[in-house]
Formats: sequence, C-alpha cells, structure tokens
Amino acid sequence: MSLDLPLIWAGLIATGVLLYVLLDGFDLGVGILFPFSRNKEDRDVMMNTVAPVWDGNETWLVLGGGGLLAAFPLAYSIVMPAFYLPVILMLAGLILRGVAFEFRFRGQRRGRPFWTAMFAVGSILAAFAQGLILGGFIQGIEVVDDRFAGGTFDWFTPYTLLVAGGLVCGYALLGATWLMWKTADELHGDARRWAVISGVLTALFLVGVSLSTLVVHPVVAERWGWTGGGFDMGRFLPLAWIPLVGLIGLGLVGWGVRRASHGWPFIGAVLVFLSGYAGLAAGFFPYVAPYTVDFRAAAAPDNALGLMLVGTVVILPLILAYTGWVYWVFRGKVTPEAGYH
Amino acid sequence: MALEYDALLLSRLQFAFTVAFHILFPAFTIGLAAYLAVLEGLWLRTRREAYKTLYLFWVKVFAISFGMGVVSGIVLSYQFGTNWAEFIRLSGGVIGPLLAYEVLTAFFLEASFLGVMLFGWKKVGPKLHFLATCLVAVGTSISAFWILSANSWMQTPAGYEVLADGRIVATSFMEAIFNPSFPSRLAHMLIAAFLTTALVVGGASAFQLLRNRGQEESRLALKMAIGLIAVLAPIQVLVGHESGLVAKDHQPQKLAAIEAYWETRANHPLILFAIPDRATQSNHFELAVPGGGVLVAPADEVVTGLDAFPPEDQPPVFLVFWSFRVMVGLGVLMLVLGAWGAWLTWRKRIADSRLFLRFAVLMGPAGFVAVIAGWIVTEVGRQPWVIQGVLRTADAISPVTAGSVATSLLIYVTVYAIVFVAGAIYILRLLREGPAAGAAEPKPEGQRAPGWALAAAPENKTPGDPS
Repeated sequence: MSLDLPLIWAGLIATGVLLYVLLDGFDLGVGILFPFSRNKEDRDVMMNTVAPVWDGNETWLVLGGGGLLAAFPLAYSIVMPAFYLPVILMLAGLILRGVAFEFRFRGQRRGRPFWTAMFAVGSILAAFAQGLILGGFIQGIEVVDDRFAGGTFDWFTPYTLLVAGGLVCGYALLGATWLMWKTADELHGDARRWAVISGVLTALFLVGVSLSTLVVHPVVAERWGWTGGGFDMGRFLPLAWIPLVGLIGLGLVGWGVRRASHGWPFIGAVLVFLSGYAGLAAGFFPYVAPYTVDFRAAAAPDNALGLMLVGTVVILPLILAYTGWVYWVFRGKVTPEAGYH
Repeated sequence: MALEYDALLLSRLQFAFTVAFHILFPAFTIGLAAYLAVLEGLWLRTRREAYKTLYLFWVKVFAISFGMGVVSGIVLSYQFGTNWAEFIRLSGGVIGPLLAYEVLTAFFLEASFLGVMLFGWKKVGPKLHFLATCLVAVGTSISAFWILSANSWMQTPAGYEVLADGRIVATSFMEAIFNPSFPSRLAHMLIAAFLTTALVVGGASAFQLLRNRGQEESRLALKMAIGLIAVLAPIQVLVGHESGLVAKDHQPQKLAAIEAYWETRANHPLILFAIPDRATQSNHFELAVPGGGVLVAPADEVVTGLDAFPPEDQPPVFLVFWSFRVMVGLGVLMLVLGAWGAWLTWRKRIADSRLFLRFAVLMGPAGFVAVIAGWIVTEVGRQPWVIQGVLRTADAISPVTAGSVATSLLIYVTVYAIVFVAGAIYILRLLREGPAAGAAEPKPEGQRAPGWALAAAPENKTPGDPS
C-alpha cells in the first residue's frame, strides 16, 4: 500500500491553518474589540476569557509555519520572502499582544494603559498583516527558477487591503461572538452589539472580496465558472455549497443575536470562516505558491513526509484531546467576581 | 553585488539579534519549569509552607519569562523563511521534520498545560495541577532535544546526501537526529539551562537574605540552588570538554579558532590571552602556558591549526576565542560559588557570610552571559558555513532587498527593546519584593496575575493556611 504523502500533508497543513484561523481568530478578535470596551474591569474579563488558551491557539500558527517548512520546503522558501514585510508586521503584532497578557497585569500607573493599548494595536496589526498575506496569496506570487522573483511591495494593492480589512472584521466577529458565549450581563450586551456591527461589516467585505476576486483574478474566476457575463452552472453548482454555508453562518449569527442566544452566534461565525476558507481553497488548490508551484512540486522527500506522518498520527490526536480538555477545564462564563483566579 | 552582500550582513545581524534574545528565555525557563515541578512535588509531599510560598513566587517570574520566550520563538520559525529561504529550500527535507517534531511533541504540550499551570489551580485540584507543571517542564526539555538536534546537524551533518540539483535529503534520519555532536551539545545546553536557573534563584535569594537574614524561604531556596550548582558546575566542565573533543574531530576550524591556533602542529601551548588577527594570520600580545595544550590533546597529537584553511574559510577568530574565554571564566566562577556555598552549607552558615551572599548576587546573571557566549562560540565558530562543509551562509539567503532587511531589523530592535525593558522591570520588581512579600500580603483587588490565583486557591485544601 502506498500513501499519497504530499496530498495527506497538504490536507494536514490546511487543517492546521484552519484551526489556527478559528482559534487565534477569536482571541485576536478580543484584542481588536478592546478599544470599544467600557472600562478596565470589562477589559480584564475580556482578556481572562482567552488568557488560559491563547498560547495553545497560537501554537497552531507555529505548526502552520513549521509544517509548511517541513512538508513543503519549496513553498515555504517562496512564500516567506514574497510576504517579507507583512510577515514581520504580523510577528511584531503577535509579540506585542502576546506579552501584553502578562505585562498588563504587572504594569502599574503607566505600564497598564500602555499594554492595554499594545494588546489592541498588536492584535489589529497581526490580523491586518495576515489579511495582506492572504490577499497576496490569492493574487499569486511571481516565481522564476523555484525562487520568489517579485517586488518588495507586490502584496500591497487595493485588493489585498480589501482582504485585510475583511479579515480584521471577521476576527472581530469571531471575538464578539466568543465574548457573547463567555461573558454575562452588560459585557454580554456590548458583545452582542459588536457582533451585529462586525457581522454586517464582514458580510459586506465578503461580498466585496468575492466580487473583486472574480473580476481581478481570472484563474480563480474560471474555477467558479464565472464567464464574465454569467456563471457556468456546471462548474458553479458543485461549489455552490460554499457560499451557502457562509449564508447559513451569517443567518445563524443574526438569528442568535436576535434571540439573545449565547452559543449559536459563535457557531455561526465559525461557519462563516469555514465557508471563506473553503472558498479560498477551491480557488487555488492544488497550488501552495499560487499559481506556479503545486503541492506535489513543493513536497519534501517521501522519507521526510513519512517520518513526520508516523509521529503525527500518534501525537495529533493527543494534542486535540488535551487541547479539548483544557477548554473543558476553563468552560463556562467568566465574570469579574469569580474570575479565573 | 554590493546589494546582496548588505542583505546578507543585515540578515546575519538580525538572526544573531533575534536568536540571542530568544535563547535567554529558554535558558532560564527550562530550568525554572523543572524547579517549579520539584517545589510543587515537595509541597504536595511534605505540606511545608515554604515550598508553596516559593512556588507561588517563582511561578510569577516563570509566567513573564515564558511569555517572552514564546513570542520571540515564533519569530524564529518564520525567520528561516523570510531571511534564509535558500537554506530551507535546499535542506528542508532534513531539518524540517526535526522542527516539525519540536512543534508536535513540545510546543503544544507546553502551551496547553501552561494555561492550566497558571490559571487552573481552582479548576483541577492539586494532583492534576502538579501533572500540568510536570508536563510543562517535560515539554521545555523535549523542545531543547529537537532544536539541539537540528542545530547539531548543522554543525556535524550526518545521514544525508546532496542531490544533483543541490537539494539535501536524508539517507538515515536516525543518523541525522543523533549526529556526532548532538549528545554532548544537548547535555551541555540542558546543564547550562539548569545552572542559569540555579544562579538566578540563588542570586535572588541571596539578595533577600542580605536584607533580612531570617527569611526561611530564601534560605531554603539558596541552599537548593547552591547544591545544584555545586553538583552541576563540575559536570558541566567535563561535558563541555567532551563537546570540544567532538569539535576537534568534526569541526577542526572551530577548535583552532577557540584556541587561536594558527599553526597545525603538536605540543601546542594553552593561550590565555591574545589578540588574534586574521590579517596577519597570527596572534598579538600572546600570553600562553607552554605545554598547556594537553588540555586539548595529548602533547604528541597533531592539532589542526587555522593554516589548514584558506582565509575565506576561517571563522572570525577574535570573537570565537574571546567568547570562549568569557564562557569558561564564568564557569570557573560558578565552580567557586558552588564549592564555597557547599562548604558554608556544611558548616550551617550559608546566610552568615555577607561576602558570599554578595558574590551569589553578582553571579545571578552569569548563566545568561555564559549561554550567549557559548552560542557565539558554536555559531560563529561554524562560519563561513551554515551547514558545516555543505552549504555556505552566503548561499543560504533569501531573495530579499537590503532595504527590507534593514526595515525588519529596525522593527525587531524597537519591539524587542520595549518588550525586554518592560519584562526586565517586571521581573526585577518581583525579585526585589521576594517570596515573603507575596505570601504575607494579599494582592490588591483587581490584580490578577497568575500567582495570585494560587495564593488564594489552596485555602480549602490546606487547613491552617495563613494566606
């Protein structure tokens, strides 16, 4: 029996990145919403809803980076230089917000307001930079002779700015619905309002990004059956479930918010992200460095992929199990009185 | 091309800066995690309050340091791609799995159970909490295993072949992982990490004892730290020596640079002081012990000197030679500290000698300096290679402009300066307060740093708990 190792690894890394986007998405979202909070007590609670899990969430990003390096070294060596500055900005943002979890509690008169600001700034910066990378990815990367050959600012276009704006709003939606789930009373009410605003903005951005993708990127447009004047249904229908899931997700957010539900809006936001993610994947699969290098060309030697698969098969279920356990330990509402501590 | 050379130089500066910043935290948290596991275990077993007080104190320091280690580590996993894309394109098939295993077996374990360790006391009960502490400690050491394996493979590559197109693939992952320099270098690094922690704990405790001799917790912590230093410092000398012997066989240019040997010959002296000069291929102001080279090799063994390599294949000798002497000098001081402290402990007078306590305070940061000096020796000593004998550093760089790298370097320096200064202030503030402060007075309302959680939590678990 021979396994299609590159395909398996493409699937594993795609899953890892998806988990990253969902998990770090909501805790970045909490940071993005920080400037809109009423007072220090609310901010304490907001931070405490993610403090025990953010580190684990961010580890999926390390897996995404490390996994891409290990399984598709060629793609990694093309993608990283192509998005040099956005990657640096993302990392700078992640550093500032990451240390803010501890530093904000340690800071005193001047320190605390500073790290409160850095938590918000860092989260927004990281989200925006990820959006630029994503947008640049859909745009495609110029490759000559297996090396990045484009310019320093190829990732800076109206299209990538649109995607980046959308991702910031999307993360804010995940964050707001997470807070609806994890908080009570006045803060829950605020989160509900944030969910409405960020939900509407996310929907608008999704429409904007989808339409401009069809217009600007003929390769992706063709995948979706877009002929310039209408859709080729034979191509579009097999993919139709993707926007449908997004619509259901948005509907679930709206319905949940209206009914003052605590958990459903978060589920809805997750569905929106699943739809967006699947939509992107449909656009550029099988490329890992669009639109020149596919996952087979970029794959590491089979012995490397095989060695990693053995470990992954054993360890990944364990990771998922104890990650789930940690979320279970910290289940329930977070309130100022009870707190975590 | 001048442009590419600048990007190379800036990328090297950036990597040196970010990796040196990062290594400070693992060097400290590997040992501290294990220390916390020991403290919590001892507390669970003996229910002696001093252990709990110490745990609650050092876990706060741990939380700050670990956070800084995590975020500065993420940078490294991306920097291979942003700045050293050719290195990964060519050697990713060998290095990649080692790094991936680090993420899978260590990072998730640390990150997930850290949450329980810092925030979970009330939620999971003491035994599970102890387990979480232990898993974090195990995770930090597993992480060291993989990263040292990957780095050692770059020093002494094994189990690989170079394909026609230049890509490097593994022929045996067992040989690649357990490459010749890996065992001694892993041991050297782990012991260095434990020594670093012991020096910090010892220094901070000595500082408290200088202010108030009667503090039980600080006395206990100082004794534990000194005991560890007394045992580990001599072992570290032997392990370091073993590591040097491996370099003699596999990286002769590194050993020659360490000892500033320009000539290939037998019966070398031991050079104590010199200004090595690559331009003249000789040492200025040399102060040497004739025949002292027996520390490196038997007198009749011929040791390769730098003259065996063309100048462009020689590492920067001055930096390697002096970094090594800084590391060894500090190691000798650690030996003295351990021996002196052990003697005082035996005489039951460890808190009485103010001279000794001041010495211990001064030695507090010695581990960090020694670790950085040691890494300079090993990384600069490998130059001009990124993978010894296989790939040159100059050929490993990404196709990015000098302007981009200058920008990123500026961003890193700015962000790290802010983070480092703030982190140092918060840690030093804690160390100045000392463990007794945290145990005596409850935190003001609204303060919810991790330690507070535990300070308040065990009330219902230990009858008569004063907190």
